[in-house]
Amino acid sequence: MADYIKHAVNWLTEPTRYFIGFTLAIILILQFRKFFAKTFVIVAFFVLGAAFLVFAWKDPNFAKIIGKPDNVPIVILLATVVYFSWLSLRKAVINDERIARGEPTLEGDFNKQKVFTWPDLVYTELICLVLFTVALVVWSIVLMAPLEEPAELARTPNPSKAPWYFLGLQELLVYFDPWIAGVLLPSFIIVGLGAIPYVDTNPKGNGYYTFNERKFAIWFFWIGFVLFWVSFVILGTFLRGPNWSFFGPFEYWDLHKLEPMVNVDLSTYFWVNLLDQPRPDNILLREAPGFAFLGAFFLLLPPLLAKTVCRSMFAQIGMVRYQVMMHMLLWFALIPLKMLLRWTVGLKYIVGIPEWFFNV
Amino acid sequence: MKKLLEATTKTQLWKSVFRHGYPDTPRNRTLAVLSNVFLHLHPVKVRRSGIQLSYTWCMGGLTFFLFLIETITGLLLMFYYRPTAELAFQDIMALREHVPIGIMRELHRWAAHLMVITVWLHMYRVFLTGSYKPPREFNWNVGVILLVITLLLSFTGYLLPWDQLAVWAITVGTNMARATPFLGHEGPGAALISFGGLDFVHAGDDVRFGLLAGRFVGEGALLRFYVLHCVGFPLIAATLMAIHFWRVRKDGGISGPL
Repeated sequence: MADYIKHAVNWLTEPTRYFIGFTLAIILILQFRKFFAKTFVIVAFFVLGAAFLVFAWKDPNFAKIIGKPDNVPIVILLATVVYFSWLSLRKAVINDERIARGEPTLEGDFNKQKVFTWPDLVYTELICLVLFTVALVVWSIVLMAPLEEPAELARTPNPSKAPWYFLGLQELLVYFDPWIAGVLLPSFIIVGLGAIPYVDTNPKGNGYYTFNERKFAIWFFWIGFVLFWVSFVILGTFLRGPNWSFFGPFEYWDLHKLEPMVNVDLSTYFWVNLLDQPRPDNILLREAPGFAFLGAFFLLLPPLLAKTVCRSMFAQIGMVRYQVMMHMLLWFALIPLKMLLRWTVGLKYIVGIPEWFFNV
Repeated sequence: MKKLLEATTKTQLWKSVFRHGYPDTPRNRTLAVLSNVFLHLHPVKVRRSGIQLSYTWCMGGLTFFLFLIETITGLLLMFYYRPTAELAFQDIMALREHVPIGIMRELHRWAAHLMVITVWLHMYRVFLTGSYKPPREFNWNVGVILLVITLLLSFTGYLLPWDQLAVWAITVGTNMARATPFLGHEGPGAALISFGGLDFVHAGDDVRFGLLAGRFVGEGALLRFYVLHCVGFPLIAATLMAIHFWRVRKDGGISGPL
């Protein structure tokens, strides 16, 4: 593969560009879903993807990181998420057209009839089961499960990575302290997922694929699952090397790659840069700007939005549901917000009290 | 041939097992499902969308199938694996070096990775078809807990080979626990829980210590993760799965337009 393509890929996958590129791709796909739901789009994706993989495989750095036994699932994850996202979008587009014409949905049309569990369902299950068993056995024969040197607590590998499914959260450690990235956000993800059916009062779109009838919900899940979960897992697995520094897929994992870290707290920006005086000794006074920001973010924003942009939503779902949803969404929004602030003005902490392990 | 078949199916032995003829009539197809403890997880008839792979993606079923594979391969692996810091790595090494065409550990590991993916995709499908909406809110929540349990099963299993990969992945993962607000010794608020200058939350008694049975990933953690991996979490998962499947039936069957 030509060097300029490798350089282009390395350049493109730098975390800032990677994230913005991924976001733009999702916006484009959902906006122009009629185009992207066409069959040739997914065929083209897999043909180009396979061609890329074949050519890229000759690069030793690429083969080393993609071919790691435990990284094979990430390739499967990427392929299946892309395929099923496309499939669901295609069905949603077809259903939306049918609904607009006043016809029943694909599934609705289908469901006028019922079929016997034996043989229709039982045989489908059996075929799935046999195929998957064969695939698993072949996979197991071809690829050995990884085993490194025996455990030794005195020798820390670099990079030290969590199991692959947690690498999205580990990637968040770039922007947040462990108590947020590793404890608070995962807890909110679980609670937030659980709250979804109670917060979403939209009765439409129950049991069939649709986009137009559940715009907000579908947008939310694409952003939450595809962008912030799956794409971060891929980023954390393939593009993070020693010291959690960024490495392009064709880049050698150089232990000594240095990334300048000149991030500054909001308190420094406020007291030193803006008011031109040393930061006050009193911790609470020092961090007052940060607290004010967070207070406005979490306490003022929900009622403000309820009166303006989200007026109809607020009226529809009521106070309790609205508050629960808003606070989950605001925590969620804190992630891209902090990322943008980090990239643009090198912000380290909004509230930074290392004395109390309280850094936001 | 036909005679032989007839003769076999007429015996008392055969009839004691199978209470109905070959399921090619509506009556026998109904009986095939109703009189079989495993098949009767299913209703006798399902909506057509329920058997359409492009609608269901089959991901929930595959997750359950992979769970069964994990159970069987895991059971076999337990015969050859001793969860001590001294022997764990040796046993894994022996599985790899001394067993011809030994693929049990491979099957266990790849199926585990796949299971995480199929659970995620199952959730994705259920969301995209709005199948969490009433009356399925509760079952969606059971599913969320099952998702967490799946990750915990995988996470606890990750430590067992006791190699560098395992120990450091678990170290990185459990390091988060020390930052738990109030309960971890490096978490915000932990310093507040002290009395007369004596800290109640420190490295020797915080949640991370509880998880690992020690200040670092050592022998105590290995045993703890082993027990949770082989007994604790599978029991919870199996119980919740029973509830999950039962509620699928009770809440209107495999989802489809109501």
